[in-house]
Amino acid sequence: MKLNLLLVTGVALGALSAVHPAIAEGEIKIGDINSYTRLPAHTIPYKRGAQLAIEEINKAGGVLGKKLVLVSRDDQGKPGEAVKIAEQLRSRDKVALVSGSLFSHIGLALASWAKQRKMLYLAAEPLADALVWAKGNKYTFRLRPSTYMQAAMLASEAAKKENVKRWATIAPNYAYGKDAVAAFKKVLKRLRPDVMFVGSQWPGLFKIDAGAEVQALAKMKPDGIYNVTFGSDLAKFVREGRTRGLFKDKLVVGLLTGEPEYLDPLKGEAPVGWLVTGYPWADIQTAAHKKFLAAYQARWKDYPRIGSIVGYNTMLAINAMLKKAGSVDTEKMVTAMKGLKFDSPSGPIMFRAVDHQSTMGAWVGWTVLKDGMGAMANWQYLDGANFLPSVEETKKLRKQ
Amino acid sequence: MGDFIVTLLTGLSSAAALFLVASGLSIIFGVTRIVNFAHGSFYMLGSYIGVTMVTALGSGGIAYWLALLIAAVAVGVIGVAMEVLLLRRVYQAPELFQLIATFGVILVIQDVTLWIWGPEDIVGPRAPGLSGAVTIFGEKLPEYDLVLIAVSPVVLIGLWLLFNRTRWGTLVRAATLDRQMVAALGVNQRWLFTGVLFLGSALAGLGGAIQLPKGGADLLMDFNIIAAAFVVVVVGGMGSIGGAFLAAMLIGLLQTFGIQIFPNSTLILMFLVMAVVLIFRPWGLLGKPESPGHGPVEAPEAPLRPANRKLRIIGSGVLAFLLMLPVAHLLLPSIIGDFTLVLVVEIMIYVLFAAALHFIMGPGGLVSFGHAAFFGGGAYAAALMVKFTDAPMEIAFWVAPIGAALLAILFGWFCVRLTGVYFAMLTLAFAQIAWAIMFQDAPASVAKALGEWFGWTAVEQITAGDDGILGIWPAEWASSRVTYYYLTVGLVVAGLLVLRRILFAPFGYTLRAGRDSPLRAAAIGIDLKQHQWIAFTISGAFAGLAGALFVYSKGSVFPTSMEIARSFDALLMVLLGGVHSLVGPIVGAATFTWLNDIFNELSYWRFLLGATIIALVLLLPNGLVSLGDTSVGRRLGLGPGREALA
Repeated sequence: MKLNLLLVTGVALGALSAVHPAIAEGEIKIGDINSYTRLPAHTIPYKRGAQLAIEEINKAGGVLGKKLVLVSRDDQGKPGEAVKIAEQLRSRDKVALVSGSLFSHIGLALASWAKQRKMLYLAAEPLADALVWAKGNKYTFRLRPSTYMQAAMLASEAAKKENVKRWATIAPNYAYGKDAVAAFKKVLKRLRPDVMFVGSQWPGLFKIDAGAEVQALAKMKPDGIYNVTFGSDLAKFVREGRTRGLFKDKLVVGLLTGEPEYLDPLKGEAPVGWLVTGYPWADIQTAAHKKFLAAYQARWKDYPRIGSIVGYNTMLAINAMLKKAGSVDTEKMVTAMKGLKFDSPSGPIMFRAVDHQSTMGAWVGWTVLKDGMGAMANWQYLDGANFLPSVEETKKLRKQ
Repeated sequence: MGDFIVTLLTGLSSAAALFLVASGLSIIFGVTRIVNFAHGSFYMLGSYIGVTMVTALGSGGIAYWLALLIAAVAVGVIGVAMEVLLLRRVYQAPELFQLIATFGVILVIQDVTLWIWGPEDIVGPRAPGLSGAVTIFGEKLPEYDLVLIAVSPVVLIGLWLLFNRTRWGTLVRAATLDRQMVAALGVNQRWLFTGVLFLGSALAGLGGAIQLPKGGADLLMDFNIIAAAFVVVVVGGMGSIGGAFLAAMLIGLLQTFGIQIFPNSTLILMFLVMAVVLIFRPWGLLGKPESPGHGPVEAPEAPLRPANRKLRIIGSGVLAFLLMLPVAHLLLPSIIGDFTLVLVVEIMIYVLFAAALHFIMGPGGLVSFGHAAFFGGGAYAAALMVKFTDAPMEIAFWVAPIGAALLAILFGWFCVRLTGVYFAMLTLAFAQIAWAIMFQDAPASVAKALGEWFGWTAVEQITAGDDGILGIWPAEWASSRVTYYYLTVGLVVAGLLVLRRILFAPFGYTLRAGRDSPLRAAAIGIDLKQHQWIAFTISGAFAGLAGALFVYSKGSVFPTSMEIARSFDALLMVLLGGVHSLVGPIVGAATFTWLNDIFNELSYWRFLLGATIIALVLLLPNGLVSLGDTSVGRRLGLGPGREALA
């Protein structure tokens, strides 16, 4: 009767798991999990960067005499789904390690899983500070500069503006926004005890009521505004703020605002004169980056986004780690990750042994309009190592 | 003064798009009784098509406004296509079944939109000559806001004229009041429904198009607007356009002023308003109680019957299969891998969740749109217990259903006073409030405030918001995959048997009596509300148990376990399987989870999943368990579906 269906389902399930053969010899598989359907504008450049690196590594003969294979899967933006897929990658695809993810909560779920299953997890893009500090663990490493690091970079630049004393903040109403505001406040207050924070606005993520938020910010009469909104929220905030004259004669600081993912959709309406972290891909003159840029454009007929370079660097890190470890044994790979140094298009990067955070930095500069598009000017690359807490401080943050 | 006026006008203008979308939703619901979840997708399509049309026609003068109108009409035509090709074929299905069809449409539209317009957000083109601002008492207001403020009343008047001064409108109003009577008078309902779908969808499309100068088009718009649109429709009163107008303005203004006074309230405000309105005015501001002759008269449901011999044999077979699976895994690890066990555990968890929802939805006759509150509530109860008291897993498995039951007692007290869609929306509101409490870590804020008051040192984090609670893994003895598998199978099967036992006890019969005829049940002295309240609590407790199994299988819990999408997943499972049968939710949950898993490896999996759901809806309008009713099913000896039910 009806339960036949269940039976059929069950049998089919069994059959399905039988279809997948054991791993081929001569391959090292990397399990890649990211929000490919939830935020494709950010994750597809990531995947392209990662694939480019894998192709280059394999062309050069692979690593440990084996080819690298990237098994990419979509987590649907759900932590539970990500854990299920990680389980599948581990037991069915026999991946050596897991990497990827963009949303912080998914990164945290995978970190918790990695600890339980004793699998190496290299978090690529999630920004949450907790990932390497409060909830850091032995098996989790993170590449991209964290919320704290990027906020600290902006705060140290903003501190140089003597006459900006009254600050207001606007950030999406979730962990990332809260962390980003807290870090900025902490560092700026330390550098400039004379500044005061006159108010904070917390619009729902991707549900900003921009007119109302701008009105509320204007009411606080700040000299400086710290913006953490991004994506469609940023577009609405910028348009509304400009029309209502909010940004006039004010210093506006934008976390991640200079990243092509967020700046480019604004086209000719991109904000001008904001202090931002971002990725001025067209103007970076180092040889390593020029080589990366040319290869990326040749391979994908598109320019790189911040996700692209993070994806590329993630695979470079894995490559360097495998060489150092000389094996795909998890404990050996974890040991190799600690203090791992490698060169990347963004410059030399090191994974700190104390908290497993890499020292990959960020580009900080001022937004301008160039050929009808937003761009960054007067930027500099700030090395992440200079914006991380000292080893002693970090140990306190990472109570284990 | 200037600030107050400008804030007021900002609030009114931000309500415009919401009003258009909500009025369309309200019109469609009023006539067809379809809860159209795809309405948010129509809003999104309105934006995307609007951008494309403006690019094609140029953004100067009349061309711009023409482009927006074309977008609205185009979306209306898409709505008609959905009605003719899909909904028309399932009007006879059980109420709310159309809901899954529209859910399939959402998934398909998401991937088609991604495919056509690409992943990047598109900033909306500005309206010609309206990109500046006017100054009011020294404060600036964007000129386009004035257009938006004017649009809502114009549309409202237009709709009023349409419904009160045209024959078509009169027929629509008549159909809203009594569909059967209109049909009996010889009105061709088909065209009426098609017309209503056109109008409703076009309004959503217009809403998407006119918001372009304030924002743009992106792929998350559909889900972002739909909850808000439902809130407006329900607060205003389902089917009442004037109510939707009033509610949109009210919510627009409360948001705008609320943001200034309580900047942190953005996630919760709207749902608080809805909860308060529904508690005091159960049919919304301008809504009317549902008249008995209202929707389609469904044939009285066949009573539940204990399983026949054949079904029992199959059931035992499935159970034996489940029990033998780990043995096969140990003997043949290359064929039955670790992941098979993981997937079956996941399926079993959702089976219990779906069965719990079905308990209140099928026999209880109350459709909950917010059951994830109890699933997540159970998960959080267990996780918090472990985090703060280091409680062992055995205790946490008791705490989860108890915690979820307490939550259900609280929510249920308010909810069971309502029926139908209003009940559903109030559960949604409470679930959303529960979600926001976890998401914003409200308990920690309360603890901090209390701590300051009494001079304690409060903990900094309780639910830790979006960062979730990590490291909740099974006890040592249950940590092997096989043991946890048996634990899950054991608890789920036990849960299913208990739920079934309750339904065949006098309590279950009473519950069904109340669903089939509230009046007669009351006449023989049954306190129906109390029975429903208890049933809601039982249902919540079992959803909580499923939540506990979930958190221990994943190792962490996040507010996503309570979000709307999770509630809808459960709803989909029950409806997909068949709401009239106890086997339905089991089959539905297994099929949905399994399909989700196999499609997930493919790109454009949403399209495939959506198309599959639509196909199932068209082929099996009574759910998967009605497979036996089809000619193919009969040939296979599956027998009639509606009889063998438990």
